[in-house]
Amino acid sequence: MRIKRFNGTSILALRWGFTFLLLTLLPQAGAQTIGTQSLVGRRAPEFVRRDLTGHNIDLARLHGKVVLLNFWATWCAPCQVEMPMFARWQEQFGPQQLAVIGISMDDDSEPVRRMIHAQRIDYPVAMGDATLGQRYGGVLGLPLTFLIDRNGIVRAKFQGETDPGKIEASLRSLLATH
Amino acid sequence: MRIRSIATMGSVAVITFVLIQSPARAQSALPLAATTIPSTQLIQPEELKTMLNSTHAVQPLILQVGSRVMFDQAHIPTSEYAGPGSREDGLYLLRDRVKMLAKSRFIVLYCGCCPWSRCPNVGGAYKTLSDLGFTNVRVLYIADNFGSDWVSKGYPVAH
Repeated sequence: MRIKRFNGTSILALRWGFTFLLLTLLPQAGAQTIGTQSLVGRRAPEFVRRDLTGHNIDLARLHGKVVLLNFWATWCAPCQVEMPMFARWQEQFGPQQLAVIGISMDDDSEPVRRMIHAQRIDYPVAMGDATLGQRYGGVLGLPLTFLIDRNGIVRAKFQGETDPGKIEASLRSLLATH
Repeated sequence: MRIRSIATMGSVAVITFVLIQSPARAQSALPLAATTIPSTQLIQPEELKTMLNSTHAVQPLILQVGSRVMFDQAHIPTSEYAGPGSREDGLYLLRDRVKMLAKSRFIVLYCGCCPWSRCPNVGGAYKTLSDLGFTNVRVLYIADNFGSDWVSKGYPVAH
């Protein structure tokens, strides 16, 4: 059996090749900005937030549940159509371990409190900020909803006005998986 | 005497009506739909991006008139926050920012919070500048949102 040996030239070529790859790939990795990387298929960025009723929302403690994470704002008209629907789903699918979480991207909490009271939203709602938005790939358009499976993996992302049937179908599929 | 009392009652009625109507009118004026902006005053993302990259083009003052939280995540380089255009306090910030500027100053407004027809911010902001007499104001037409129509296209972004 012939063993191919690397001579000095081959090693030098390999080194140059490796350096070239590094120089080519690293700047691209560094240049990746928000909005360019999909979270789908990856672990949902964990966070702990205090909701508007003073209770903690700790995403890590929701493992075992399917999480519907909805970014919204009071000035977002399509968001206001979705929220009562999410509240109904929380009631309907709660026994199957669904946890709906709302993150408001409003600049201040007062209009948020008024709206969740007016809309009778009873799932936990916390205030978001730029840091949380960036961790979720940039919340640069609303509404934005993520479905996270029981293992904490993001399985679907819905941005903008979305057919509720599509979200519900994905949700039911995740709830059926144990 | 009788005429004077009728006149007084009339005045009181008019003042009362105005006082009752004013807050309602102020609330109903906002938000103003983006679709109220004349199409001739719109600028497409591609055009603005080219303008920003050009060393010859006159650079506009770019104002983000949407959400502060969204501005803090990502915005067009050199742009400033002056909103939200859907609220009186946001429009106050906008008026304050432009009060020292020449009325001919080239200004670009943008938001990108929501699909164009749903944006509550740019309409009120544009009308405010228009009412103040600014003659060279254009509004960035963002069809869906800032993420899809600017960031995802690889256009310049600052954080």
